[in-house]
Parts: sequence; structure tokens; C-alpha cells
Amino acid sequence: MLGPVVLSVSAGFMQNYALGWRGGFTLQWLEEVWRGYGSTVLSSISIASAAVICTIIIGLPCAYALARSRRAWASWFEELITLPVAVPGLATALALILVYGEFRGFRQHAAFILVGHVIFTMPFMVRVLTAAFRRRELLTMEEAAATLGASFQQRFLGILIPAVLPAILSGALMVFTLSIGEFNLTWMLHTPLTRTLPVGLADSYASMRIEIGSAYTFVFLMVVLPLLWLMQWSERLLAKRYAH
Amino acid sequence: MALPTASRWQRVCAVPAIVVFSAFWLLPMVRLLALPAEKAWTTYFIVLTDANYLLSLINTLVLSLVVTLSSLVLGGAVGVFLARHHFAARPMLLAALTMPLSFPGVIIGFFVILLGGRQGLIPSLSDAMGWGRWTFAYNFVGLFLAYVYFSLPRAISAYAAAAQSIDRSLEESARTLGANQWQIVRDIWIPELAPTTLACGAIIFATAMGAFGTAFTLASKFEVLPITIYSEFTNYANFAFAASLSISLGLVTWAALALSRRGAGPTALGL
Repeated sequence: MLGPVVLSVSAGFMQNYALGWRGGFTLQWLEEVWRGYGSTVLSSISIASAAVICTIIIGLPCAYALARSRRAWASWFEELITLPVAVPGLATALALILVYGEFRGFRQHAAFILVGHVIFTMPFMVRVLTAAFRRRELLTMEEAAATLGASFQQRFLGILIPAVLPAILSGALMVFTLSIGEFNLTWMLHTPLTRTLPVGLADSYASMRIEIGSAYTFVFLMVVLPLLWLMQWSERLLAKRYAH
Repeated sequence: MALPTASRWQRVCAVPAIVVFSAFWLLPMVRLLALPAEKAWTTYFIVLTDANYLLSLINTLVLSLVVTLSSLVLGGAVGVFLARHHFAARPMLLAALTMPLSFPGVIIGFFVILLGGRQGLIPSLSDAMGWGRWTFAYNFVGLFLAYVYFSLPRAISAYAAAAQSIDRSLEESARTLGANQWQIVRDIWIPELAPTTLACGAIIFATAMGAFGTAFTLASKFEVLPITIYSEFTNYANFAFAASLSISLGLVTWAALALSRRGAGPTALGL
């Protein structure tokens, strides 16, 4: 499993992939990637951060409503918002273009990609938060506070949000990582001015020499691997926090 | 006790999600579903009636099935091994094996190009050995390897988790009664792991059906449905056909995932 990763990282530093290390070591390809595709790193990070903020603002109250409601519409809606994960990204992207493609300003803005990412990552955030809100101790605490006369706002900000902070962190890392790596939707939604990391990667694989593609892959891994470690760390944190 | 002011607030809380979801997914999806009808009702069945589309669908189904079966067998073996053996490097090995889960498909396609493409490592080696250049990246073999590469981590982690919860005493009693290793695999492991196999198999199948990035990077001669949809939309601006084909593809992946959730509950989809 690791072989191809090592191969692609090392190929990015070879003068010539066909010659292997005999050709010598170079940073030239990395520099070229930075010149041609450097902007995609920033734009991917911005879109992913924006997706995290949007999924928290929209998903947190929604998860609370879903966790507390016992009505049929709640479980229906919970099912419904996971559909964008079950249906291929290509279909979602096509549908978005069919309806909003005419609005030029929106179509050519990074916000168009952001919308796709928010729709795709929302179920992950909502699932983690709904599970956290459903925990029995939290319900008991909330009821106790309500009995003591705490208003809804006081309960929400004073008890619920602090109690689910680890889940918010875990959901945020998941959304960020998914957004950084998302390609199926993004390739359809992007324009030459709104390219993300995976879109740039696909472009370099198709049109650049193999060493540049490798160097670019190295850049991508440098962005993604720390995120993966953070995610595993947050899962352990979550497991420890909720163990007792 | 019910929370007094909760129900009104609950409804308010759900509003932003409902609005965003309706505007940016439900409405577009309704449009997509209605589009083929504007041309003709028969457009919905184009995937079955047009020979080229049908071939693309069959290609995708065959590839996904072969990938699912291979990943389940390999992943099952590795997963059960990891669940049974505790050694120092185990957490690191598990982390390394499951890392590709978060790689976009394009990168995995590129790995296969590095290994088996025109300038690839394996064609160079086979050439040096005097067997001729064996470039496999752009045909079925390349797609198969790439798809297994991104499916295997899911199978390994699912089986590693599931195998940990098998009751060891079952196996010990079977062994005491004289069962051999194959009988234990057949009569204990396979039935005990059946829910995982169903759930994980369905997810792998659905993911393989819908995978776009990998096939796109490999620009394979073996055409799969997502690529057909993409070229209908981009190269031929044939929106009604692209919509109809995406509906067909979406139905297959959705059905597969619905099946997996009946087997394993909400843990499916990795959610």
C-alpha cells in the first residue's frame, strides 16, 4: 500500500523518472509546481475552512433538532441529507450546474464549489453531532437546567455547545479532510480561475511531465497527511472523553 | 420530562439546514430527474436501449463486482490477521494500510501510471528482462488495481474491527471437537463476519460504480459509466442523456447502499 506513495514522492525529486536516481536529485519540479499550481493550495485550504464554518453553522442546530425530535419528519430528513453521499458526486454536480449554471457570477466564483462541498460534507458533520447530542447525560443535564429556569439560549450556549466541543472538532477535521480531497464534484464545478488541489493534480497529470505530477503529489500529501494524523488523534480524544 | 420551550426552538434550529439542502440539492435533483422527460419518456431507459451505453454500464458493473470480491477476500484475510495478532508495529501497519482512504481518486490513478504507464516502473523492468514493455495502466488491469487500492483499506478496517468481536470460545470449542482450520473459516468466521461482508461489500461496490477521478486520470480504453456521463455532458453538451445516465448510476449506488444499511445500521457510508 505504501509502495506507490514512496514511488511518487521520490519521482518528484528525480531529474528524470525514466533514469531513476542515476539522473540525479533536483528541486526544479517542486519550484515549477509552486509557480504553476501554488494558488491551488491556498484556494483548497480556503474552501475547506469555509466548508467547516458553514457545516458547523448549519449543521449544529440541525443536529440538535434531529437529536431531540421524535417526529417522523426528523428521521426522514436525516435520511434525506445523507443522499448526496449515496448518489455519485457527478450527478449532484450536474444537477447544480443545470439549475445554477446560468448565474454567471455565481458559476465562476469559488462559492459554487463551496456549495457542492457543503452539501457533500454536511451529513458527516450532522451524524457526529447528532450522536453527541443524543447522549443520555446531556439530556439529563439539559432537563435539570430547564427545571432551574435556564432559557433555551442559556442551555444551548452554556451546556450543549461546551459538551459537544470534541464532536465539533472531530466533525470539523472530517469535513476539512473530505473537502481538501474532493474531486468528483469539484472537477465539474470548477472554472479555470477556481481550481482546487485535486483539480490541479488532475490537470498536471494530464498535461505535464510525470516528474511534475509527482512533485505536485508530494505537495498534496504534505497538506493531507498531517490532517489524517490530527483526525486519528481527535478520534482517540473523543473515545477517551466519552469512555466513562 | 419534556423540555418546555424545546419544540418551538427545535423547528427553528432545523430551518437553515432545510433551506440550504432544498435549494442546493433537492431542487437541482428534481430538475435533473425531470430533464430526460423533456426530450422523450424513452430517454430514461437510454442506458439499456443504446448499445454503447449498455456496454459502458456492463463494463462498470463487471469491474465493480470483481473489485468488490477481490477486496473482500484480501481485506478479510488481512483484517482477521490484524485482529488476531498483536505486535509492536500493528497500529502503524493499520494506519499505513488504511491511509489511502482519504486520497482522491486522481492520485491513485497517477500511482498506477507511475507503476504501469508508458514510462512506468514495471514496463521498464519487464523490458529489461527481455519480456517486452508491459504497460497495463490504461486497460482493465490498471483500473482494477487502482480500484482495489482504494477499496482495500475500507475492507481491512471493517474486518479488523469485526473480527475482534468474534467470540473466541466458539473457535476453541470447534478446535477441541476436532475441526480443522478450513472448517473453522467456513463454519465460524464466514457466518460471523457475514453482516460485515454484506455492508462493506455494498459500500465498496457503490464507491467503485461512482468513482470518477481514477478513471479520468487513467483515460482508460476500458470505458466506465462515470466517464461516459462526463463526456456526454462536456464534449457533446447532451444534457438530457447525461442526466438520464446519472439517474441510472445513482439508482444502482443508492440501492447498493440501502442494502448495506439493512445489514449494518447507520455505520455504513463511514458516517
